Amino acid sequence: MPVYLDHNATAPFDARALEVMLPYLTQQHGNPSSVHRYGRAPRAAIDRAREQVAELVNAHPSQVIFTGGGTEASNLAIKGFAALHESGHLVIGATEHPSVTEPAESLKKNGWRVSVLPVDGQGRLIGTETEALLKLRPPMVSVMWANNETGVIQDIPALAAKVRANGGVMHTDAVQAAGKIEVDFSASGAHLMSLSAHKINGPKGVGALIVDKSVELMPLLQGGGQEKGQRSGTENVAGIVGFGAVASLAKAQLADYGTRMRLLRDRLESELQALGDIEIFGAQANRLANTVCFGTHGVDGETLLLNLDRAGIAVSSGSACASQHREPSPVLQAMGVDPAVALSAIRVSFGAGNTAQDVDTFIAALTAQLRQLRRMAGRAVG
Amino acid sequence: MKKPIYLDYSATTPVDPRVADKMCKYLTLDGEFGNPASRSHSFGWHAEEAVEEARANVAALIGADPKEIVWTSGATESDNLAIKGVASFYGKKGKHIVTCKTEHKAVLDTCRQLEREGFEVTYLDPEPNGLLDLGKLKAAIRPDTILVSVMHVNNEIGVIQDLAAIGKITRERGVLFHSDAAQSTGKVPIDVNAMNVDLMSMSAHKTYGPKGVGALYVRRKPRVRLEAQMHGGGHERGMRSGTLATHQCVGMGEAFRLAREEMATENDRIRGLRNRLLNTLKDMPEVYVNGDLEHRVAHNLNMSFNFVEGESLIMALKDIAVSSGSACTSASLEPSYVLRALGRNDELAHSSIRFTIGRFTTQEEIDYAAALVREKVAKLRELSPLWEMHQEGVDLSKVQWAAH
Repeated sequence: MPVYLDHNATAPFDARALEVMLPYLTQQHGNPSSVHRYGRAPRAAIDRAREQVAELVNAHPSQVIFTGGGTEASNLAIKGFAALHESGHLVIGATEHPSVTEPAESLKKNGWRVSVLPVDGQGRLIGTETEALLKLRPPMVSVMWANNETGVIQDIPALAAKVRANGGVMHTDAVQAAGKIEVDFSASGAHLMSLSAHKINGPKGVGALIVDKSVELMPLLQGGGQEKGQRSGTENVAGIVGFGAVASLAKAQLADYGTRMRLLRDRLESELQALGDIEIFGAQANRLANTVCFGTHGVDGETLLLNLDRAGIAVSSGSACASQHREPSPVLQAMGVDPAVALSAIRVSFGAGNTAQDVDTFIAALTAQLRQLRRMAGRAVG
Repeated sequence: MKKPIYLDYSATTPVDPRVADKMCKYLTLDGEFGNPASRSHSFGWHAEEAVEEARANVAALIGADPKEIVWTSGATESDNLAIKGVASFYGKKGKHIVTCKTEHKAVLDTCRQLEREGFEVTYLDPEPNGLLDLGKLKAAIRPDTILVSVMHVNNEIGVIQDLAAIGKITRERGVLFHSDAAQSTGKVPIDVNAMNVDLMSMSAHKTYGPKGVGALYVRRKPRVRLEAQMHGGGHERGMRSGTLATHQCVGMGEAFRLAREEMATENDRIRGLRNRLLNTLKDMPEVYVNGDLEHRVAHNLNMSFNFVEGESLIMALKDIAVSSGSACTSASLEPSYVLRALGRNDELAHSSIRFTIGRFTTQEEIDYAAALVREKVAKLRELSPLWEMHQEGVDLSKVQWAAH
């Protein structure tokens, strides 16, 4: 039975939510915009899901725009904001996901300047640098709540307060954080927040952008005017219902999830320390309890990964999106990690289904692989 | 018979149980739930395999190469990507786009957005039968035209445009040709090469697949370039970033595979049912079929019932689920812009009903619906002073209505 330790890439769908979702494929199949009865049940189901998603992050249902995923939510936030404002200065964190860096990059041709908030060796924003950049009063700042590779958590409420004080709009990619830790949109001070269903055991292909009413966005998709004109396209009813269901489950289980993940992580990290010559990235920072990203000095990460898969263990190096590239992770490089070490990085991300046994299985396989690969490397050098 | 009887297949279709069955295998822990972009383990590889198999099935339905299929979240996104993507990439070559007044809002609104950004759009009028006159199209194309967008099958009246003829013109003039095929997949055979189509939008939920997934065909020979609208991890060769929803892609692939296999026989059966409905209704006085009957998909019947108020008719027909105008615009009380474009006056446009039948429609349902419509139309006409005047021979267009 393969061991899945790649929950930050995606998480298996919660069977309880599947039950709730399935009827909206075959029986309650109507188009929510239809005036007849077939449209009404799906419409009501979407409204309910909207409340559930809003509750997860303490937002108001009217602030929720359903999208086709986390990538689309961040695209809408960044490009949607930029389209309605004179080109200026966009500031993003140094360790953002491509769904933030790429839209930012695409704004350059419209005259926007993009600056990067540097991070320290543990992946945290640097106070003095942040202050300096914010003093330039950038109209928009985008920093993720928790990093997908290292799990490092930024202090978004503190940052948002500073952004607001300097007259800017704050966007945060909370795709990896919501449902794993307490994320309070209303209290955070952020204006825009991206969410994704499949990272919390929901269906792929659906996400949300939480929008503070004071911010106006140009919609990315024109058409039938769904989501109050903010996101046209027939609603993915089943997906949205699934999203609402897992949001609800996540909120109820938040404390329990945190405890269980911490136990797994502590177990893993003490075993890793025992192995020796292992560097855990962001170890001193506040991190998601489910994520451990570490370097295995002197070993090729890709080879290690594939061998681990052959041993029945699924983990990743860097993020899923970038896993076809052989470059060292930009996130780790931003943290000042040596490129050779970054290439050896492995990310373990736990989920609800993992057990202590899984940790032990992983350590056993890792130990065996490291011994073999280090021996081979030694042989190659000697 | 389950009530209300569902006769609104063009608004959306139920997912075929065979498709739903297959989708379910790609969700939970005991299924293939991996992220298809995960290169480092078999969870990802298996998911990717399923997505690629689905991609091939989508391509096969339209005669394309799988490499030419880009997954999206639906036909609305495909339309946005095609039109804005071409406009952005080829904008320096020219800023003129030609389309038709009867396109879906996902095309029209996108064009309006481009107008706000400095593009010029010509919105052609169709003929009264709903079809585009090719001479008018030729005349509209200018040296600075970069795109022609004409939908294959209209969602409201079901008429089929001659894509091959249009494609011949656009190819000769060196202009890109996009077609919204959301309503045609599984109903009309499609061959993008024979039709000289460069871009084609497709939807899953109109062809017994799930909502929330679609695709865009993008020609590779000769290569059509697009500026991506969704930026991120570089998925779909950089044309559309975002984690692929394995279960959704599988659903669309399976739906399209079934469509390819069953289209011919299904069309025959459905045409029989639609004609049965038509024949029962057409001998009523003052009823009109909207749109050409010959160049039309077998599933669609759109009729206006003169001297009957549209909303009242819909209310009276609550045992059948139909629509007047299209689903996307049914929140507004404006008459259908498609019917207006055909030259129908406001009254006839308002009193129109769109019946669209499908895979699970039975003869019993058709007979019930036909009888119901006859009954309710007659009843409403009895109550209608306009109908009374018409029967007395009054020419209503000459009446001076007093204001209150």
